[in-house]
Amino acid sequence: MATEHSKSSARIMIAPAVFVLLVWMLVPLCMTLYFSFADYRPMRATFDAWIGFDNYVSFLTSSSFLSSLGTTLWMVGGILSITIAGGVVLALLLDQPMFGQGIVRILVIAPFFVMPTVSALVWKNMFFNVDNGLFSYLFKFFGAQPYDFLSQSPLFSIVIIVAWQWLPFATLILLTAVQSLSSEQLEAAEMDGAPPLSRFWYIILPHLSRAITVVILIQTIFLLSIFAEIFVTTNGAFGTRTLTYLVYQRVLESQNIGLGSAGGIVAVILANFVAIFLMRIVGKNLDN
Amino acid sequence: MGRITLDKVQKKFGEVEVIPPLDLTVEDGEFVVFVGPSGCGKSTLLRLIAGLEDVSGGEIRIDGKPATDLPPAKRGLAMVFQSYALYPHMSVRKNIAFPMKMAGMPQDEQDRRIAKAADALNLTDYLDRRPGQLSGGQRQRVAIGRAIVREPAAFLFDEPLSNLDAALRVGMRMEISELHSTLKTTMIYVTHDQVEAMTMADKIVVLRAGHIEQVGSPLDLYHAPRNTFVAGFIGSPKMNLMGGAAAAKHDATTIGIRPEHLDVVDTGGTFTGKVGVSEHLGSDTFFHVHIPEMNEPMTVRAGGEVGLRHGDTIYLEPQADKIHRFDAKGLRIA
Repeated sequence: MATEHSKSSARIMIAPAVFVLLVWMLVPLCMTLYFSFADYRPMRATFDAWIGFDNYVSFLTSSSFLSSLGTTLWMVGGILSITIAGGVVLALLLDQPMFGQGIVRILVIAPFFVMPTVSALVWKNMFFNVDNGLFSYLFKFFGAQPYDFLSQSPLFSIVIIVAWQWLPFATLILLTAVQSLSSEQLEAAEMDGAPPLSRFWYIILPHLSRAITVVILIQTIFLLSIFAEIFVTTNGAFGTRTLTYLVYQRVLESQNIGLGSAGGIVAVILANFVAIFLMRIVGKNLDN
Repeated sequence: MGRITLDKVQKKFGEVEVIPPLDLTVEDGEFVVFVGPSGCGKSTLLRLIAGLEDVSGGEIRIDGKPATDLPPAKRGLAMVFQSYALYPHMSVRKNIAFPMKMAGMPQDEQDRRIAKAADALNLTDYLDRRPGQLSGGQRQRVAIGRAIVREPAAFLFDEPLSNLDAALRVGMRMEISELHSTLKTTMIYVTHDQVEAMTMADKIVVLRAGHIEQVGSPLDLYHAPRNTFVAGFIGSPKMNLMGGAAAAKHDATTIGIRPEHLDVVDTGGTFTGKVGVSEHLGSDTFFHVHIPEMNEPMTVRAGGEVGLRHGDTIYLEPQADKIHRFDAKGLRIA
């Protein structure tokens, strides 16, 4: 890209992609914005193009909004803590030389390739099911009463399912970080008299901090929009209604497109808040 | 105190014997340099002493006490690594304090030792910086500082200067030698650079393929190399080794003459050849002389200004008492 000529030709070549992306993002966003200020309920054949902020007011003041916000935070927080703690442990284990390392690594990554709907169904029917689930057999084997995960602790069950899906991602990123730690640093710490736990705490964990922030950032962005797992398992019942799911219910179950759009815009704004906040933390962490 | 004894110490990686059984004693307060070409096992030997590798056989004793099965931290040795191995997320102060913190030393004692080490190593102004903000030489000093504060029985250096540029290397060489004369602690230093070995060591251990070829003071090795390998390895530029008729004249299979022991004469002389590449260093000039009956060019040191150019004929006469003679096995003939 040294000359003027190559610069301008580069711009021309990038243009179609930029154009498609803009259309792809801007058109739905603008339509959502437009509907969010309208009273649009197709089943009742109501369409009033401008009703001001009424949709926003009723979305934000409804009791389900705050509870869904809380649910979202719990869910994202729970999944993040499980995937990061588990990811660090798995990454450290996978870094050890062992027989069949390649196969084990592929197996560990496998859950990431399973579609969310499929994995939720598998978990629901094969593990959590009270009558036939593996966990029920396990409980019975130890003489305990089978536990109905999805109705007794539905939020926790969904956290488990999604954490299972995202654990490979965290493991993979953290494994590359573990591998980039110079062995001389660990040896130096060993010479300095640090026992294994101190080596982990003072050397390995700080080294991983950068990778951990990256994992948090990327996962948060994806986890805010969890949908399939909730849809398949609880349908948003038993306090598993996240913000995303609430928007879906407003649009499709209540058939209130205006209200749903307003919720969508609120979700976009909140997600951006989180993203900016996280970016600043990551930026700080990436600096040094 | 730091007297380190290796008794038939052996190291195998799987089937490969890296270090055949080997005996060595490092006296208390000695500066010992392990030197040899890359892959000769010198770093492995150091790591065996440090405890970072397990020995496959034999025994290591530190101050007479068996240390073979002790973990590295319990051996009372401090190591300075080639890459410095500083902890990048800790300030210089915390890096230096780390071994003391791990030992659970009281804070005021820690502070006292840090201040002392920082003062000795000119690091006082940098204590609150991160290693990433320091130059190569400063990082090296931090690594040394981290070793000093433990007051170890012996220091182990694993090619500590090889990541520094030439000018800095000379400076750090001086500093480490200076440090040794102040602390009077045993130091074991691994390098492939024979100049470092010659300038710093009390005792040099020349290694090849895990074998000790010769142990001795730098000048012993220079004046009386035990075999052709040591003869070729110690000294810069390398000793000229030649066989054939030239050696037969001295009743030897191989003779060696150092470049500085060949005189340029006006006529006659033992060797006659053509000047090839010449390196002018100002104080000295090194000529690579092509002699018809020999395969390899001979290196000759001459004074600062000699009026010889590429292609000129040169007559050389070795100093008679400085010729090293070796037998068919490559061993020195006294």
